[in-house]
Amino acid sequence: MTRTTGMNAIEVGRTLDRLATEIIELLGVPTDYSLVGIVTGGHPVSERLADRIEVATGVRPATGTVDITLYRDDLYTGLEKPVLGETRLPFDLTGQDIVLVDDVLFTGRTVRAALDVLHDYGRPRSVKLAVLVDRGHRELPISADFSGRFLVTEKTDRVEVSLSLSEDSGDFVAVHSPSRGVA
Amino acid sequence: MKGKDLLGLRGLPKAEIVEILDTADRFRKVSERRIKKVPTLRGRTVVTLFMENSTRTRLSFDLAAKRLSADTLSFSASSSATKKGETLMDTARNIDAMKPDAIIIRHSAGGSAHMLAAAFPWAVINAGDGINEHPSQALLDMLTMRDHLGSLEGKTVAIVGDVFHSRVARSNIFGLTTMGAKVLVAGPGTMCPPSMAHLGVEVRHTIDDVVEEADVVMMLRIQRERLRPGMMSSVNEYSHFYGLDMDRLRRASPSTLVMHPGPINRGVEMSPEVADGEQSVILEQVTNGVAVRMALLYLLVGGESAGGKSDEA
Repeated sequence: MTRTTGMNAIEVGRTLDRLATEIIELLGVPTDYSLVGIVTGGHPVSERLADRIEVATGVRPATGTVDITLYRDDLYTGLEKPVLGETRLPFDLTGQDIVLVDDVLFTGRTVRAALDVLHDYGRPRSVKLAVLVDRGHRELPISADFSGRFLVTEKTDRVEVSLSLSEDSGDFVAVHSPSRGVA
Repeated sequence: MKGKDLLGLRGLPKAEIVEILDTADRFRKVSERRIKKVPTLRGRTVVTLFMENSTRTRLSFDLAAKRLSADTLSFSASSSATKKGETLMDTARNIDAMKPDAIIIRHSAGGSAHMLAAAFPWAVINAGDGINEHPSQALLDMLTMRDHLGSLEGKTVAIVGDVFHSRVARSNIFGLTTMGAKVLVAGPGTMCPPSMAHLGVEVRHTIDDVVEEADVVMMLRIQRERLRPGMMSSVNEYSHFYGLDMDRLRRASPSTLVMHPGPINRGVEMSPEVADGEQSVILEQVTNGVAVRMALLYLLVGGESAGGKSDEA
């Protein structure tokens, strides 16, 4: 299988353009849906998507963040204890459509935890998932409604995403492989 | 936090105090939600073992554990077998046999938490051992101060009353000096002996002497259960010389905070107008107590057992 490499700033920008367009095609003008980024990687992705949706429709969707630390299923697996991030949902979730946003979709466990957080805050009408990169290796029955780029990776690879909150020429996505170095 | 337990603030590095306060800051949000509970400690068991009377500290720990979804068990002096002659170690061995993950202990003997921590594998949190330390109270006090003062570095905190018999005062002295604050203590010579200076504080003997300089005035409760004859002539005299009333508080800056670890003897160490006044942050202390105890349980019990692998995304 050919190995897909990462993305440079231009490719990241184009991918975000396409994701924003797909979100608007499905959900329309953001009057009753909001973007919620998963702390920390999903936060800049959701802000950058909100920028694009605002340019295209004239309306900026409300944005929030969810921190999943307290809802993780791997707190007891001997990892360094994660620093608590901030869950900030400055709107009522009940009855809204929510687009959950993350940078990388991998095992699906983060998304599972994020859904639990959302449901402790309210009962959204629906939750969609948008990700910049899908790298495969799911461990739960979860898939993205809006997926930027599929990357073929080994399970042991590490996908690094560097994304600022506004357009930046330094943005990139890189795949680090312990056996083969940076692809 | 690096250790398995929290026994006191003496010697606890600044970085760990900051970690606890920052974590507590985030946990406050959980208590403001409609569903005030997160699944973090699901399936874990937290035991509160209170061999001295306590209401607020035990309730605060109990609520903190419940908001993290842990199961809680409560032993207290009145209900336990201690009355029937069981030693603390035997009580602890019995609790150990029930496979707890953490024990919160309060005991009249200094060092009791340390004894259990050395003997058992579970996390021990000292909720007050004799006149030694009460670290979670000092942490919630420091969180409350930090909210209002921004930083503790260079700030002046006056602790007034029976400092010698106060584990709250000792934990605050250790924590605050580590954080770079200056601590003044004031009280009658029997409750505030000059030898306290070796803890790194300035010993004064009148309340007026400390109030003017202080960013925070922490009033201590007169603990009648720990006083021996001759330590104080009468409650009225004590109140006259060391009680905080509006006249005395006016000598302080209008932004000076008034704190009290509770329970208050109204009209003894503090007049009701001060306790309920604008400068009082006493009830904020109680709210912050739950957050600090959630942070401690999360940091000590939430994680780091068997080896595992990383899950990204």
